[in-house]
Amino acid sequence: MKHLIIVAILVVISTILVSLGLEVLPILPPQAGEEAATVDWLFTLQLRVIAFLFSLIVVFTLYSVVVFRRREDETEDGPHIEGNTKLEIAWTIIPLITVLFFGVLGARGLSEITSPSPDELVVEVTAQQFAWRFDYPDYGITSSPELHLPRGRQVLLKLNSIDVIHDFWVPELRVKQDAVPGMTTELRITPTELGEYKIRCAELCGTAHYSMLATLKVEEPADFEAWVAANTAPSDDSTQETAPPESPADTAPSEEAGAELGAEVAQTQGCLGCHSVDGSQLVGPTWLGLYDSQVTLDDDTTVIADEAYLRRAIVETDAEVVKGFPASVMPDIYGDTLSEEQIDALVEYIKVLAE
Amino acid sequence: MKIIGSIGLVWGIIAQIIGTALGMVLVMLVRLLQGKPAWNAEPVIVIGALIGAIAFLVGVGVFRDWFKWGRGEETPIHHGPPEDRPAWTRYFSVDYSHKVIGIQYTVTGILLMLFAGTLAMIFRLELAQPGLQFLEPTTFNTFISAHGIIMIGSILLGIGGLANYLVPLMIGAPDMAFPRLNALGYWLAVPGALLLMGGIVVGGWNTGWTGYPPLSAQAPIGVQLFFMGVYFIGLSSIVGSINLITTILRMRAPGMTPFRMPIFVWSMLATSIIQLTATQLIGLSFLMVLIQRLLDMGFFDPDLTQRAIILGSPPGRPILFQHLFWFYSHPAVYIFVLPGLGIISELLPVFVRKPLFGYKWVAMSSMAIALLGFLVWGHHMFAAGIEPFLRVPLMFSTLLVAVPTGVKFFSWTATMWQGKISFQTPMLFVLGAISVFLIGGLTGPPLATVPTDLFLHDTYFVVGHFHATMFGGFVFPFFAALYYWYPKVIGRTYNEKLGKLHFWLMTPAFWVQTLGQMLIGTRGMRRRIADYDPALGIDTGQMLVTIAGFVIAVSVLVMLYNLIASARRGEVAEANPWRSRSPEWQIPSPVPEQSYAQPIVITGEPYDYGLPDSVYVRMSPAGASGAPDSFTTQRS
Repeated sequence: MKHLIIVAILVVISTILVSLGLEVLPILPPQAGEEAATVDWLFTLQLRVIAFLFSLIVVFTLYSVVVFRRREDETEDGPHIEGNTKLEIAWTIIPLITVLFFGVLGARGLSEITSPSPDELVVEVTAQQFAWRFDYPDYGITSSPELHLPRGRQVLLKLNSIDVIHDFWVPELRVKQDAVPGMTTELRITPTELGEYKIRCAELCGTAHYSMLATLKVEEPADFEAWVAANTAPSDDSTQETAPPESPADTAPSEEAGAELGAEVAQTQGCLGCHSVDGSQLVGPTWLGLYDSQVTLDDDTTVIADEAYLRRAIVETDAEVVKGFPASVMPDIYGDTLSEEQIDALVEYIKVLAE
Repeated sequence: MKIIGSIGLVWGIIAQIIGTALGMVLVMLVRLLQGKPAWNAEPVIVIGALIGAIAFLVGVGVFRDWFKWGRGEETPIHHGPPEDRPAWTRYFSVDYSHKVIGIQYTVTGILLMLFAGTLAMIFRLELAQPGLQFLEPTTFNTFISAHGIIMIGSILLGIGGLANYLVPLMIGAPDMAFPRLNALGYWLAVPGALLLMGGIVVGGWNTGWTGYPPLSAQAPIGVQLFFMGVYFIGLSSIVGSINLITTILRMRAPGMTPFRMPIFVWSMLATSIIQLTATQLIGLSFLMVLIQRLLDMGFFDPDLTQRAIILGSPPGRPILFQHLFWFYSHPAVYIFVLPGLGIISELLPVFVRKPLFGYKWVAMSSMAIALLGFLVWGHHMFAAGIEPFLRVPLMFSTLLVAVPTGVKFFSWTATMWQGKISFQTPMLFVLGAISVFLIGGLTGPPLATVPTDLFLHDTYFVVGHFHATMFGGFVFPFFAALYYWYPKVIGRTYNEKLGKLHFWLMTPAFWVQTLGQMLIGTRGMRRRIADYDPALGIDTGQMLVTIAGFVIAVSVLVMLYNLIASARRGEVAEANPWRSRSPEWQIPSPVPEQSYAQPIVITGEPYDYGLPDSVYVRMSPAGASGAPDSFTTQRS
């Protein structure tokens, strides 16, 4: 009996220590949304119970291992205790009630983070290998790879994929949702903190899954409105977010119109998921200053990035791999999925980025 | 040369090579007859590999007796080492002794574990620092996929090894109910494993071991060999389970009522029930993707193919695959852990010199876990796009599994309480298992609860959770079992100092690994990514996880050295060094060909340590009638 009292005290101490330890460790990323608050509240509670149950088993075990060791000369067996039905019932019923309780908390939490709101902002998210595209049906805007959202307003993301299963996830917002081809899935998020966050694909989707990223920009409502306004008007071809042109030209486009179409193709076909236009290093080489520059390939030969090179790069993906970049990552579908006109337009766009 | 010619495995491999070639030629001929160009990599390689794997089975000779029955010939079972060739060749050929098959399973399982572990060492080396250092992304994705499925294969084989060797001994049976089926169960796994390895070589696959379409429908050819390899290993699992259930229900020694069986036998009964009834679903789901690829069917393809439009079929649904797949793959994890948890329950009383606390409750808890395990598969799909409200009942059913699992933990704790505990290597690994499985089990509820799962899904937290449950539920108990039964199987003792070294290297390292994985996961590290963002601030965690993995690998090498060297140089073992009450310890070490020269009778409870004059196993006098002479010809 005195053993039990000592152990009970040790369990309490251990629970407190483990609980505190878990709270002090930087386990979670910062919270940036309302759903994150719900998730974190549940998680913290779970960690407390985990701290208790862990302590319970470990303290009893360690205590036994120290106090109930067999002495060198002992050959006798231990006490013949076969069981205790009351104890068995107790440690079946109590955990049962506990898990049911946590189930109810979980259901409540789920209801909180999924309930619709009458004035939620709808954004259609299209995932593909290996890029994200965001369409705002309320404003007629397409944006890639940046998702702009106003602070403090619930957003309904309607997710779809055009090829394989992807998953939309911003760790700071906590919740995630698969984007499945052939159906639309929904995710509700309510960003509360200004800032820039990474959207990370969280379902293995092929070779460049690891780098399938987009950017979430959470802005003050006024700044968000300004961004919407700036993008609803037709814009010049050097910005990343452009509105779709009214109608594609039938005849060979002028260079400027071609570059504008090219910018649109780059957005909608996922190029910008891997190729930046501002010099930053993503999975693939940046297009800024690429045209007519000297490129070193992975076999250490050099080549000038002329129009012919650019075309080969689009339709024969592994023919020439740039040094320092992984092979077999760029999908080799573009020869089939892009029209000649679209490829011409892309080349025009890349040329403009070198001016 | 004559010796090589007498080894079944050699003929199996020759047959597989010939069969693969013939299969490829056959497909090419059929294509020519259809007016198509002869060569199309996928159907030719896939059908060729399939026919090769079947040819292996024929070549190794596992169908020989059944072919003889077809011709009306008698097939007496020869007991004992082969007469016309060295004794060791029986381990590389078709042999019907459950002890030989048990060793075949166990050694093959360990080999697969080493192979899959090496893959992990390679990709962990890549992940130790941010940036892609030396692995191409497709190679990385292939390695993680292969690591997963080959480890699963190694676990199934390790379980097969323990069950086949131990269950007949523990129930006093001369062998399993169906010796020839038993051999088939083992030999099915060999070409299965070869197919998995072939998949790595033939182009790899980038889908993870879960193989979700549409990605798997467009993955490189390696995915097809992966599907077929799993199919063969699944068949092995089903075949073994039929044998185990029949043996356990029908071949127990007189006096061994169900609640007088060693607890490991209960855990194998529960495990076999799952294997028998769930495995078909992974076979089905993989077969459907295989056929979708080969025959242009649209099961999981939401884009209507031309053919589908003509046939008027509705579009395929990717989520259907996930339901079918996880309906097996969740119960599968209980296949992986129930035997190991049974080992823990089996060994504790011996090293604590006290009865297993609440034996009946522990036995029933295995059955409860097996049953509940079928009701939870959707918790792998909380973010998949299923009907949102369905997630709630699945959350409740998943949380419920904690109850029978808790019964086991509390029982183990109560067994140790007030015992007389000694700490030889097997007991150390049992304690390690309990501590690690505790972490694994406790990190289940955050994953079971939907809101927290929506954060943790597809992060390294999940990776930490399942490595902890797999190590705690299988690897640690498996190692405990290897050390514990080593004297019985080999007849010599292993080196206790090296055993302790293995434990003290592996256990702290594993703690670092699992906690490290969980921590980087909650910080934002996703699963299955070849490279990660330095901005996540997890570089140190990644490095620690990699180092921990290498320490574990070294510790396993220490064990292998120990077990191999001790077979020659270890002290000769006594019959019952652990003073266990279990039947297999009442007969000589190593176990003779005929395990029980005298049939046994059960006259008491298995775990009555501390009850003076209690007898569990009585050897009946030589020549007494009772148990039938098992060495007459058996039909199976």
